[in-house]
Amino acid sequence: MTRSGAWKSVMNVLMFSLTGLCTLFTIGTLLFILGYLVSHGASALNWAFFTKLPVPVGEIGGGMANAIVGSAKVLLLATLIGVPIGFLGGVYLNEYAGAAAAFVIRYATDLLNGVPSIVIGIVVYTLVVHPMGHFSTVSGGVALGIMMIPIAVRSTEEFLHAVPNSLREAATALGASKWKTIVTVVVPAAITGIITGTMLDLARVAGETAPLLFTALNNQFWSAGWSHPTATLPVMIFAYAIAPYDDWHRQAWAAGFVLLMFVLAINITARFILSRASYAPRGMV
Amino acid sequence: MATYPSTANSRALPPGGRARSFLRRGQVGEDVAYLVTLVAAATIFLITSLIFYELFVQSAVSRQKFGFHFLFTQTWDPIAGNFGALPFIYGTVVTAALSLLIAIPQGLGSAIFLAELAPRRVSDSLTFLIELLAAVPSVIYGLLGIFILVPFLQARVVPVLKAVFGFLPIFQGVFYGVSYFSAGVVLSVMIMPFIVSVSREVLLAVPKDQREASLALGGSRWQTTWHVVVPYALKGIMGSIFLALARALGETMAVTMVIGNTPQIKASLLAPGYSIAAVIANEFTEAVGSLYISSLIELGLVLFVVTFIINGLARLMIMAASRGGAHS
Repeated sequence: MTRSGAWKSVMNVLMFSLTGLCTLFTIGTLLFILGYLVSHGASALNWAFFTKLPVPVGEIGGGMANAIVGSAKVLLLATLIGVPIGFLGGVYLNEYAGAAAAFVIRYATDLLNGVPSIVIGIVVYTLVVHPMGHFSTVSGGVALGIMMIPIAVRSTEEFLHAVPNSLREAATALGASKWKTIVTVVVPAAITGIITGTMLDLARVAGETAPLLFTALNNQFWSAGWSHPTATLPVMIFAYAIAPYDDWHRQAWAAGFVLLMFVLAINITARFILSRASYAPRGMV
Repeated sequence: MATYPSTANSRALPPGGRARSFLRRGQVGEDVAYLVTLVAAATIFLITSLIFYELFVQSAVSRQKFGFHFLFTQTWDPIAGNFGALPFIYGTVVTAALSLLIAIPQGLGSAIFLAELAPRRVSDSLTFLIELLAAVPSVIYGLLGIFILVPFLQARVVPVLKAVFGFLPIFQGVFYGVSYFSAGVVLSVMIMPFIVSVSREVLLAVPKDQREASLALGGSRWQTTWHVVVPYALKGIMGSIFLALARALGETMAVTMVIGNTPQIKASLLAPGYSIAAVIANEFTEAVGSLYISSLIELGLVLFVVTFIINGLARLMIMAASRGGAHS
């Protein structure tokens, strides 16, 4: 082998080993995050975390029951707002829209997806919180609902797109009108994918903190209702992490653990369901 | 748009008897279905426009008072009513640049490994794991940043950096832990999955004959990868980097928790700073007076416009790279 040939194979081995090292390091980061949160968060977790209210500064113990309920309420509202708009918009994109309309809507969706979450918070503040006069659970739901729209649109569109046209033609041949075809044939064929898309969407906004800071705000007690501020898990983690008390840090780890497990469980379940969906777009499975 | 064969019950059909009312009913359903989905789609467009409109209108007070000086002024003095965005823009740019400096080599390296070397099944499962990193909420990155990364940097990394590169102005001064540097490192982990997963896709999309041609000419596998496959996929890789950049610029919670929240401009990466998203997060609920609030909203407008441009560029590049590939 010539000298340059040897150099070539040394470079070959060296560079590919480096890329392997990069991958190892990236995967290692994930495993470290998981491992640390499980070991540190799970040990900080106790029954009181799920059943008790936060206690005043200086007292040890208490839990985040109000934040768990608050998060559930905000997420429920977000789903009710974001998913119908996103789903119907996705149906329009794939089944009705002409090229120009599709371009405009798709572009708007991508743009909305790229808006930093803190900016969504500002806008919901000026549109909902300011006119209402106070921070509220509803405004938090609106903020997260807006954030859910783009992914709902994209996943609906992609899964509808994966439904073969022969199904539409068959339904039409049997005399079904276009909307009947969509409602009874096309959407049911894609429903598994659309539901998993919604689950992933929910997991994504479940951890959002920034848009809740000045919409749902925070609350040390049970929220007085939909039009009042509420605690949520992500905001509690933030508030407890930056506070100077050890017991609050412990609770922040516990909350982080609960939140992360929720998000990862949804992600892994969705991936599992998707791998069995009958019509799935390429790249999603 | 999915194509439908022209249907039997269009308005042109001759009406008659029971069939007529059936057809009419079908037509009404048709119109309702069309309208409902159209309204939903239009709502998306309206919401997006409304975000820009609100930011623009609500920042009017600040825009009229400061004009473009807002972007180039260093003072941030809520008491005197003097607001300039420069320290925040500086902090945002520095942390995002630092995160790219770390994430690009590592992310691209991982993408090359996953696309070129790893068997497809292994590559798919590893990519899934890396994509899980993107699912971790940013507040959890902040939590890990405060309690794990900052102490680690303080004890292990920064002393070494100072010993080796201490003569450089970017590594001088006292390191309190919270700093541009810590924020950049946290951001690099957060944007890594975007670079890896998109770059891997575009690398996998490079046609096989490109590789075969290079190998047939006597190129080694690495030479083929570096001189043929990567340049071929460069547009898509750049797209993934811009996508990651937009993410890094807009990231709020993790940065707020580790950047130090001090409105100053320091050459040293080890000094505490501030970012646009962080100052909005910290000060918005406490801001009093229309000038203060509208200055914060103008910061939001700046962030919105910048991420809009960068996302647009990213999308164009990825579209150009996957031309002829899978749909969308």
